[in-house]
Amino acid sequence: MKNNSLLQLFFTFLKIGATTFGGGYAMLPIIKREVVEKFSWLSDEEFVDVLAVTQSIPGAVAVNSAIFIGYKICGLAGAIISMLGAVLPSFIVILIIAIFLARFTEYKLVQAAFSGIRPAIAALIAAAVLKVGKPVMKERLNLMLALLFLVLSAVLNMHAILVILSGGLVGLIRHYRQTKKECEADTE
Amino acid sequence: MILLQLYLAFVKMGFFSIGGGYVMLSLIEKEIINVRGWLTSAEFVDVLAISEMTPGPIAINSATFIGYRVAGVLGSAAATIGVITPSLLLVLLAATLLKRFYQNTWVQAVFSGLRPAVIGLIAGAAIFITRTTLINVPSVIIALGAFILLIFTRLHPILVLTLSALAGISYQYIF
Repeated sequence: MKNNSLLQLFFTFLKIGATTFGGGYAMLPIIKREVVEKFSWLSDEEFVDVLAVTQSIPGAVAVNSAIFIGYKICGLAGAIISMLGAVLPSFIVILIIAIFLARFTEYKLVQAAFSGIRPAIAALIAAAVLKVGKPVMKERLNLMLALLFLVLSAVLNMHAILVILSGGLVGLIRHYRQTKKECEADTE
Repeated sequence: MILLQLYLAFVKMGFFSIGGGYVMLSLIEKEIINVRGWLTSAEFVDVLAISEMTPGPIAINSATFIGYRVAGVLGSAAATIGVITPSLLLVLLAATLLKRFYQNTWVQAVFSGLRPAVIGLIAGAAIFITRTTLINVPSVIIALGAFILLIFTRLHPILVLTLSALAGISYQYIF
């Protein structure tokens, strides 16, 4: 059983690693499909929490989430196997290009394929907002907060780490005020 | 020894690359091009183009490429293992801590605030990339088509990505 899930972890993250173009966010619909919908390794909300954690840690989000999810499912072995799965495709592809295909980006077919992949990456990230956001946005206050953080990052160019830190702070303040209210209600 | 130097240089960059691949690029510019002279600026532009056009995180792609240029296949292994070492250590630390404290109400409170922040960040990235990649009619059509397939059908995102690449190829070769 355990070996079985190690293999599943390896091939799942191999698949994710091989199809991740355009940086971390574009692969979120792919990771979510595999990790949440297909294997139920994480719930909707846990998935967002994993993203919050792996974004706050140095390194690529794809690799970080592979390590985190692998650890959660199968401990240290799971973490290392998932990490290898996520990293191997780019390692092998880049090595082949570096050795044989120095002019890879100048091929007409490659450029043509990329004229289609680039807009698809934009669509993947837009879809990620809806897919990852749906469980969170059920609460109205969360929707308003997400809009606020969107303005902070997109309009005011606030660094991702600062956006995440202020999110954590907002959560703490909300909780503090709630517990205070409950305490006051108890003492009355 | 060059392999150890490569490994350590990428461990160092791995530790500082918070906030995605593009932070890594400015680190590479400083450490690899200016300080160590392992790569020229022109080669750096190649690395960027290749990273964009191949799967995988930019950090891994550039580590593999630069490592190979400096010390062959072993060099690319040393650099790639270097750049993921900090991730492995720090994520394992975070995962271990979270396992113990995830149910704590204050930790849960922090996460309840982190969730909308993460969504806001992804939405910001979506706006940024839409502005920079949807530059002509075919790209807008492909993006809209892909978006509709992703939201309203159960097609696997990988299939949608493949279809978009095929759409790009057929457009270029037909028109």
